[in-house]
Amino acid sequence: MALMRWQLAYPEQPIPWKVFALVPMLVGVVVFFIGRRKGPYLSMAGFIFIGIGLLIWYFVLGETRMPEGVMLPEFYNSLGAMHGTIMVFLGIVPLSVGAFGNYVLPLQIGAPDMAFPKLNMASYWVFLLGGIMMLSSFFLPGGAAQSGWTSYAPLAVISPGQTVWLISMICIITSSLLGAVNFITTIIQLRTKGMTWMRLPFFVWAQLVTSFLLLLAFPPLEAAAVLQLMDRLASTSFFMPSGLVVSGQVLTEYTGGGSPLLWQHLFWFLAHPEVYVLILPAMGIVAEVIANNSRKPLWGYNSLVYATVFLGFMSFIVWAHHMFLTGMGATMATFFQTTTMIISIPSIIILTALFISLWGGSIRFNTPMLFALAFLPMFGIGGLTGLPLGLAPSDIHLHDTYYVIGHFHYVVAPGTIFALLAGIYYWFPKMTGKLLNEKLGKVHFWGSFVFMNGVFSPMFIQGFAGISRRLWDGGTTYLHAQPYLYLNEMISVSAWLLGIFQIPFVINLVWTLAKGKKVGDNVWEATTLEWSAAPSPPVPHGNFKSEPEVYHPAYEYSLKSNGRDYTPQNEPLKG
Amino acid sequence: MENTDVQEVKRHIRVYLYTFSALAVLTVVTVAAASLNVAVGTGIFIAMVIATVKGTLVAGNFMHLFSEKKLVYLVLIITVFLFFVMLCIILSTINDQVLSVS
Amino acid sequence: MEIPYTVSPRPDTGIHNGKLGIWLFLASEVMLFGALFSTYILLRTSAIDWPLGSDNLNVPLGTFNTLILIISSVTMVMAWASLMMKDFKKYKLYMGLTIFLGILFLVVKIAFEYAPKFAHHHYPSTNTFFGIYFVLTGLHALHVLGGILVNGYFWGPGSKMWKKAPQQFINRIEIAGLYWHFVDLVWIFLFPTLYLL
Ligand code: HEM
Ligand SMILES: [Cu+2]
Repeated sequence: MALMRWQLAYPEQPIPWKVFALVPMLVGVVVFFIGRRKGPYLSMAGFIFIGIGLLIWYFVLGETRMPEGVMLPEFYNSLGAMHGTIMVFLGIVPLSVGAFGNYVLPLQIGAPDMAFPKLNMASYWVFLLGGIMMLSSFFLPGGAAQSGWTSYAPLAVISPGQTVWLISMICIITSSLLGAVNFITTIIQLRTKGMTWMRLPFFVWAQLVTSFLLLLAFPPLEAAAVLQLMDRLASTSFFMPSGLVVSGQVLTEYTGGGSPLLWQHLFWFLAHPEVYVLILPAMGIVAEVIANNSRKPLWGYNSLVYATVFLGFMSFIVWAHHMFLTGMGATMATFFQTTTMIISIPSIIILTALFISLWGGSIRFNTPMLFALAFLPMFGIGGLTGLPLGLAPSDIHLHDTYYVIGHFHYVVAPGTIFALLAGIYYWFPKMTGKLLNEKLGKVHFWGSFVFMNGVFSPMFIQGFAGISRRLWDGGTTYLHAQPYLYLNEMISVSAWLLGIFQIPFVINLVWTLAKGKKVGDNVWEATTLEWSAAPSPPVPHGNFKSEPEVYHPAYEYSLKSNGRDYTPQNEPLKG
Repeated sequence: MENTDVQEVKRHIRVYLYTFSALAVLTVVTVAAASLNVAVGTGIFIAMVIATVKGTLVAGNFMHLFSEKKLVYLVLIITVFLFFVMLCIILSTINDQVLSVS
Repeated sequence: MEIPYTVSPRPDTGIHNGKLGIWLFLASEVMLFGALFSTYILLRTSAIDWPLGSDNLNVPLGTFNTLILIISSVTMVMAWASLMMKDFKKYKLYMGLTIFLGILFLVVKIAFEYAPKFAHHHYPSTNTFFGIYFVLTGLHALHVLGGILVNGYFWGPGSKMWKKAPQQFINRIEIAGLYWHFVDLVWIFLFPTLYLL
């Protein structure tokens, strides 16, 4: 049945058997989380979507970027667009905000639940609806959207598959908005007794700023999606310029008068803050793991907090650094270059503070810590490669090449995804009461670390050489790309190996859940409330047995006032 | 509820009725002003000033913003500020465009 | 543990959860309509000639609808005030009026404004003016519809709460009211922009 629909969507495209073969593996990962609390529900959905996103990506790399690629251009474009969309909107955001935020945040502030549990469920169902619709578009006539996750008009307005993309996006955006309302209210209203602003764990701050970004940056994209939907369904011309010629023919259906650039502005007004939505929760997780495993208070907690708030604010006024090539005038280009350089300062403050936190600590090199440590240089590379992109002269060469792909994947893949993995290893005992196996964890880490770099570092070279990022044949028909095509093979091989090194992780999850031994409530000897005040797993209704009270800042390690090297937030200092 | 509260609400109700009359009058004024033959720019200015006054009355009295807590102000100030940022930057970027697109 | 501050305000912020929640939601709505409003300004400033609203739209009906919405705002706030004075009957009356006025607004909008437009072959695709007119007013109408549904619930089945938890019910009506006034507020800006300028 599904296959028949597939043929309808892509009549001339051979059926990609590999995609179907790998699906059961993913379903496996997911099944464990069923039946647990709602946080894991979302993580489950996030996992499914990340998995599907990865699959699509393997398929792209493994098949088309090899010289003998077998894919039709339309199909390749669908895969590219869906990979981006799924990873960003259906994978990372739901996992880092929806799952971790939902689960850890109330525990860390000593709250029994989110402020609006029903809204939470509504947000989840709307999200699921949008996600399923998005995926099902592969099986509809016309196929899935083909215009990239950015969906630039006017091409997106006239290419097939886009309608479903837009409707799904409206669902997903609505879900995020409901979620953001819930998160902000929870953090502001449900902090327990004694939990003052400057005693909040850094993760909570990161979630707060993230939620504000979602709340205020997403609605313009929702508006833009409605307008693009009108362009497609009602033939309005919001994003259609006058006299548009496509394939040698003037489009008479549209009266024109609209502005394609307007779409880009509304899109990037969301999408730049969105990249900080992708990274801030990750920074929060890394900060928790580092403080705990270096057995030291975070260095410069206050500057971390101020930097994060400033970062959130600045992220609203840099968006057009994605648009230097649209013929932007010098005045505004200067403005955006300046703001882009300014916004890198808080990122560097955060990174530096996390690095210095390691200084003089008695570091425990367990799996979560390894992932968190790897995050630091990887995010560093991602951030540094952003600077040349933020300056128009260099961006004019690098824009829309593989260099950009390398840049943001360094931030998101070995950055955010590593942080999420650190979070999974770190909080797994909280969710299940069982500790993941360290040996398998280390195999998983080192394999991922090596091959993640194997995948993304060659892209910088290809980008410098000017290979465009959206070529269905991976550049084989372009002369200037020839010297660098061999790198495609390196990328493909690394990608497969990276995939293979996720198997120990899956085994680890299954095995630990089935056979793992119970551990104590506070395995990591942590100071924050989710470990020190709640049992593992937490009480089903209300998290805590009684309302915890907080006496001091979040990371009081190495004080030795009570004979241990950590003093939980809910334990008064002695003497 | 105590008696003072009822007093308070009664006072409120009077404010609501005044607000209503002000809104009704301003609606008529704005329609009338539009039929005057002023330049387009002036017309827009007048209409927006009137709309802002009306909006302030609704938000301040019906939505009780005149006596709201600081937290709500903070949220709204950030939001309105970002709205103007969006509007002004989009407009100035498109006006600054070297290549005109439409 | 139970979720705190669902009814009574949290001492340091001075408001209860629901109120903060609705204001945050309205903040996102400001950005939503704000983006469409920016679109309007951009389309208009870059258009070679822009049709005048007063030549193309029905100003008397628009004015009438503006007044309807303003009156409904008053009845809405009176519904809340009646509850504050423990007068449930009056609450029913005012809330019923609010719902009626909301429906009247939609009827005028759809039957007497949209329908004749379509009859004169003025569609969203006619030009960008009609495009943005239909999008802005259509989205606003959807918000009105949402408000009617919420108010209808609190008028009918939802009003049982008054007996069990009066303070919570008052809070809910206040929140529904905030939303309804916001919808009115949006219209106050839409009306002159689209119809008069
Ligand atoms: C330190 C700071 C950063 C700077 C200066 C920076 C700068 C830039 C610039 C100028 C571009 C546009 C390149 C082009 O299209 O020509 C870009 C693209 C991108 N950046 Fe960053 N960035 C930074 C950090 C981040 C972070 C933290 C993330 C996310 C997690 C991120 C994710 C992205 C993504 C996804 C794109 C590509 C969007 C696309 O065209 O599809 N960046 N970056
Ligand atoms: Cu950006």
